[in-house]
Amino acid sequence: MTTEPVITLRGVRAELGSRPVLRGIDLTVHRGEVVALLGANGSGKSTAVRTVIGQVPFTAGEIELFGAERRRFRDWARVGYVPQRTTAAGGVPATVTEVVSSGRLARTRFGLFRKGDRAAVRRSLELVGMADRAKDSVDALSGGQHQRVLIARALASEPDLLIMDEPMAGVDLASQEVLAETLRTQVGQGATVLLVLHELGPLEPLIDRAVVLRDGCVLHDGPPPKAVGQHALPGHDHVHPHAPADAGPIRTGLLS
Amino acid sequence: MEILDYAFMQRALLAAVLVGVTAPAVGVYLVQRRQALMGDGIGHVAMTGVGLGFLLSWSPVWMAAVVSVLGAVFMELVRWYARTRGDIALAMLFYGGMAGGVMFINLAPGGSTSNLSSFLFGSLSTVSPSDVTAICVLAAFVVLVTVGLRRQLFAVSQDEEFARVTGLPVRFLNLLTAVTAAVTVSVAMRVVGLLLVSALMVVPVAAAQQLTRSFAATFAVAVAIGVSVAVGGTVTSYYQDVPPGATIVLLTIGAFILLTALAAPLARRRARALAAARPGPDPAECSIPASRPADGKVGA
Repeated sequence: MTTEPVITLRGVRAELGSRPVLRGIDLTVHRGEVVALLGANGSGKSTAVRTVIGQVPFTAGEIELFGAERRRFRDWARVGYVPQRTTAAGGVPATVTEVVSSGRLARTRFGLFRKGDRAAVRRSLELVGMADRAKDSVDALSGGQHQRVLIARALASEPDLLIMDEPMAGVDLASQEVLAETLRTQVGQGATVLLVLHELGPLEPLIDRAVVLRDGCVLHDGPPPKAVGQHALPGHDHVHPHAPADAGPIRTGLLS
Repeated sequence: MEILDYAFMQRALLAAVLVGVTAPAVGVYLVQRRQALMGDGIGHVAMTGVGLGFLLSWSPVWMAAVVSVLGAVFMELVRWYARTRGDIALAMLFYGGMAGGVMFINLAPGGSTSNLSSFLFGSLSTVSPSDVTAICVLAAFVVLVTVGLRRQLFAVSQDEEFARVTGLPVRFLNLLTAVTAAVTVSVAMRVVGLLLVSALMVVPVAAAQQLTRSFAATFAVAVAIGVSVAVGGTVTSYYQDVPPGATIVLLTIGAFILLTALAAPLARRRARALAAARPGPDPAECSIPASRPADGKVGA
């Protein structure tokens, strides 16, 4: 494994509506590495990824992609991005193939598709086991199938770097297996992966390094934390005590 | 066909065909972005252009095109920079545009609000040869953009965040969509009228969606519906002496209702064909994994 950095963040700060979300993040992902970005809700892990792809502006620090300054980076075909779900359904029906084809645009000139581009779209659908649904509307898919389509879309440009924001959220078990297998294949072919995860889950064996964020700062950067105590039991279902089951509905006094 | 003997009807029908093509062609992207009412807003802004055209004795179609393009660019800028207070800014733009139109047309020598009426609701007899030239040029631009850049516009309208990571110039494409919608409003103004133009952008797309599963098919069917109702409405308007804009819009809504009624049996037939095509055990009673609901929607 070479140590050529694929993603570099140095002292990155970002704000959402004047509220600081990232307070100086340092993060380097090297070629061929699989890095998980962990942290509680609101810790800034999604925002960190979104500054890398340019969706959220950063107010201080430096970001580099493949050694190039992010603002100057143009080789987007090398990056495959899987956003947090819910964004792939528009107001007009679209087929699985149409959605996945969007991912191939980076490899085409003026959006003209050649034979090789159609083949690449088909191949990425086969990778996630959705080739038989190619002509179906994405509205007719389950949550897990939908996620597989979004991953196929990211793979369509045959990227060297995969950035995924919570790829396992709300995905059924069968699809989780397919996703883990797809990711394993990509990693085996030398892909670099940056994943935002709520918990390690079925991807745990693939992950080289975990970076844990809290309140917009890096808390831990090293080997993935091992589950301890009760959490390590096989079949442990990780449930957070965010909302006690016996809590009554919130009464604001406005209506009652 | 005596209807084609009159030069004004030839012009009106040509304009109707172009409106029928361009309005749904832009509308499909607006609906996909969930900005179905954008055309309506631009229509209001275009009134200032019409008023200015009267005041300065320039072509109202070209002036409407210029002013509505500026308005559309402004709306796009508001969307970037003022996401939270954007609706207030847009409301001011819309009503300012309408008030400006009424004001300018009354300032024009011999002008009064009644001059506006043919622009608001469409009129066949007033499509002049110079209007037809303007409409042809503007419609060519709209078709070039909506067909030539369909993959790029689809990607941006579907998922802006992802489109940015494919390296597409997202802001430019958003701006281009807004400008193209503005140009379409000026194309459609003479036949359908500014207040009804948005209906021809949105309703054919909504009607087409009842039958289609793909974006490409929705685009094609919406344009087919658009051309049919625009030509049908124009011809009806000629024979029955009713206003063309209202006729076209009512026909479009009729098409929507008809296709919605057809959609349910069609979806059932499609599901049966699908079940027949897929080998393996077919659960006759409990068909949860194999079938989709009649409306084809699963919340995700």
